[in-house]
Amino acid sequence: MASLRGKVAIVGAADTRVGIVPDATATELCVEAILLALADAGLDKTEVDGLVTCNSMSQPMLYHAEAIAEYLQIFPRYCFAAGAGGGTTFSVLHHAAAAIATGMAETIVISMADSLRSGLTRDQAMLMQSSTGHPQYEQPYGPTVPAYYALIAQAHMAQYGTRPEHFAAVAVACRAHAARNPAAQKRDPISVDDVLGSRMIADPLHLLDCSLVSDGGAAIVLTSAERARDFPHAPVYLLGVGEGHSHEHISQARSLTTSAAVESGQRAYAMAGLGPRDMDFAQLYDCFTPTVLVELEDLGFCAKGEGGEFIASTGIGPGGALPVNTHGGLLSHCHPGNPGSMFALTESVWQLRHSAGERQVANASVGLLHAQGGIMSSHSTLVLGREAG
Amino acid sequence: MNKIQPTPGTLVETFIAGCRVGELRLQCCGSCGAYQFYPRIICADCHGRDLSWTAASGRGRVRSFTVVRRGISAAYEAPYVVALVALEEGPTMMSHIVACAPEDVAVGAPVQVDFAAWSDSVSLPVFTLESRD
Repeated sequence: MASLRGKVAIVGAADTRVGIVPDATATELCVEAILLALADAGLDKTEVDGLVTCNSMSQPMLYHAEAIAEYLQIFPRYCFAAGAGGGTTFSVLHHAAAAIATGMAETIVISMADSLRSGLTRDQAMLMQSSTGHPQYEQPYGPTVPAYYALIAQAHMAQYGTRPEHFAAVAVACRAHAARNPAAQKRDPISVDDVLGSRMIADPLHLLDCSLVSDGGAAIVLTSAERARDFPHAPVYLLGVGEGHSHEHISQARSLTTSAAVESGQRAYAMAGLGPRDMDFAQLYDCFTPTVLVELEDLGFCAKGEGGEFIASTGIGPGGALPVNTHGGLLSHCHPGNPGSMFALTESVWQLRHSAGERQVANASVGLLHAQGGIMSSHSTLVLGREAG
Repeated sequence: MNKIQPTPGTLVETFIAGCRVGELRLQCCGSCGAYQFYPRIICADCHGRDLSWTAASGRGRVRSFTVVRRGISAAYEAPYVVALVALEEGPTMMSHIVACAPEDVAVGAPVQVDFAAWSDSVSLPVFTLESRD
């Protein structure tokens, strides 16, 4: 079986303004991200033959990618909008890489944006929240989105002795990274006490254990490794990719504390021929703080159940042995919903180009990215590097 | 404001009819013997189609829980306990733990089913803490 290792590279990357952006719609943010990414790659729109987006919650469209292509008057031969929650971004990159490797397209733009902060009324936001969960056997019980993740946190605490301060340390580290990122939505440093002292949302999750609600978009340009050498910026190569899908509804999860990140990680590592110890940084999906602990464990950075201790002893903040979410993550950079992990992707491109400014991880050559969607349901892991292999 | 109602369907109506007569109904597979929840047209384990409805014991343990401090709508008075209950027969279901202080709920606590009105015509299973060894 052919491997995707080193076959494709990211040659353009860009974020729109993020945070509170009331003057642009989700569609406009998605278009703006594409224009910025094409400019970064030095590409004309006529050179794009593939477009992938995800639908927007604030401006949903029946055929979203087609509508965006129409807006830009580009005419791709490969075009679709995908939906797997927060895992969408990296799953899409997996599919786009395979499309390039098999000749379905040569240059694919992936762009995602939404306006969850400015584009939804409170009623729309609550409706969106209540539509998460099984429509017959979960939704009637009124679980909020934080409540689903609190079920995972509580189980982890009961099984492994994890404490709320272990979760809080994730929020503190992400905020410390964001303090070095001028684009981040929240930049004021916070302490573990600040997190534990913030309002309880769904026990054991406090307000500061929860990610932001944001506007924003980001896009990347993906092309074949052969073609990638002819662009203004050094290519960032896809070295490994893997997915794992274990359930959709939390009441059907095989385990509350061990996720399909185990499988997605093993698949990505096997393709890359690398392991967790080779990673110079990790961008881990942080919709709520406990997910980072579970991902550190399931992706092999530490033993199962030792995520809290690993964070305390290793350090995941700036200058730590394993910097995690160097842009500030969903907790402090921005979280416009399904597009959330796009910002981990663009940040990783800049880290591997060595253009991340004050937050640059010294000599970064390989990084791991992980996203999950649903309630720890669909998992995608990427390994990116400066060299093709 | 009304609570969120289960969306209609043949299987869920059989389940809700059970709630009406005080039964927590699970499907049991005639081929492999597995119990399952939520109800399906096949056994999720062996894909057998010889499924029958049985009344569960109603006993289980709290697999995990959370206290929702801000309700999803005015119909849900916070704080309320959303839990995953591991039933004695094997399957896990989401429910509420009721008739206790939220701080009395713990992972592993034994619980017993009860039924609560969700509308004029629909009742759904909820659970109460049970004192047993």
